[in-house]
Amino acid sequence: MKPGDVLLPMALQFALLSLIAVGGANTVVPEMHRFFVESRGWLGDREFADLFAIAQAAPGPNVMIAGLLGWKVAGWPGAAVATVAMCGPSGVLTYAVGHVWHRFRGAPWRAAVQAGLAPLTVGLILASGYILARAADHGWAGYAVTAVTTALVLSTKLHPLWLLGAAGVLGALGLV
Amino acid sequence: MAAISEAAEPTEPRDVTLAALFFGFLRIALSGFGGVLAWARWLIVAQRRWMSDAEFLDVLSLCQFLPGPNIVNVSFYVGGRFRGPVGALAAFSGLMIAPTVIVIALGMLYARFGELAAVRGGFLGISAAAAGLVIAMGLKLARPFLQRPVGIVFGLVAFGVVGLLRVPMAEALLALAPLSVAVAWVRRR
Repeated sequence: MKPGDVLLPMALQFALLSLIAVGGANTVVPEMHRFFVESRGWLGDREFADLFAIAQAAPGPNVMIAGLLGWKVAGWPGAAVATVAMCGPSGVLTYAVGHVWHRFRGAPWRAAVQAGLAPLTVGLILASGYILARAADHGWAGYAVTAVTTALVLSTKLHPLWLLGAAGVLGALGLV
Repeated sequence: MAAISEAAEPTEPRDVTLAALFFGFLRIALSGFGGVLAWARWLIVAQRRWMSDAEFLDVLSLCQFLPGPNIVNVSFYVGGRFRGPVGALAAFSGLMIAPTVIVIALGMLYARFGELAAVRGGFLGISAAAAGLVIAMGLKLARPFLQRPVGIVFGLVAFGVVGLLRVPMAEALLALAPLSVAVAWVRRR
């Protein structure tokens, strides 16, 4: 498999996903699976699942899965190509729309759009939190960690990294 | 393209330099386990005070509605708003460079040590706590709506449709957004 045979189709695929990923990178993970595992056969099922878990556990945005997949099939150039293709098209679109959005910040239509979208955004964030909890928590201990973390973030000014660190230690000890 | 902040406002933070954008987003990226939006709010609103909670929610709403990775869109928007196209690139590079190197290093390590029980357990604990961070962030951002029943209803519907019924976010948003915006338009004063 020459790098060129991989890089171009992968770039096109990620550029397309970039523009249809409404709601974030995780919404198109099934499409990535379809492309890398089913249609191209570059990766196995288990391999794909492991890479996804690493991308979730690593610090950084969820979109790291794109760079990691690119690295797996085409090394560092693959990582760079996948990242830029997945982020570039939507980023440029956001930049352009953001320009207009900020300029019309006093307009009545803008206020209505804002008032309409904001509660949906909150609902979607809570839905992601719920889906993440369902995926991560396999027993009462897991749900307890999630609930205690939520409560501590809401009621204290603790740096969140302490909470993640403590949870990681509990998990490594086999308690979660 | 000129900077989005062209029409200078006296309230605009003055310390949002290119370096501040790069290192600010670097810090957001390095802090965020299992999703970085909660950290973005923490740094941009609470720690650096580049934006108010309301402004941040507004930016976030736009970035979630547009396609693409949300936090990447936030980096393009925030960088572009304060420092134009170069600012967008500074924020985006700050966000992506370190996590890319780290995630690939982890990919290499995982190939060797991934089967160890302690490693798997550690992953489990961290992801359980990470879910809590996201939920807490959603609850914090929900506070402004607590007096607005319509907002609560749409928030709950979005949660139910995507979280419980598992409708893909794109479809849910495309169906709910026009409805929610139309209701907000009718009820405007």
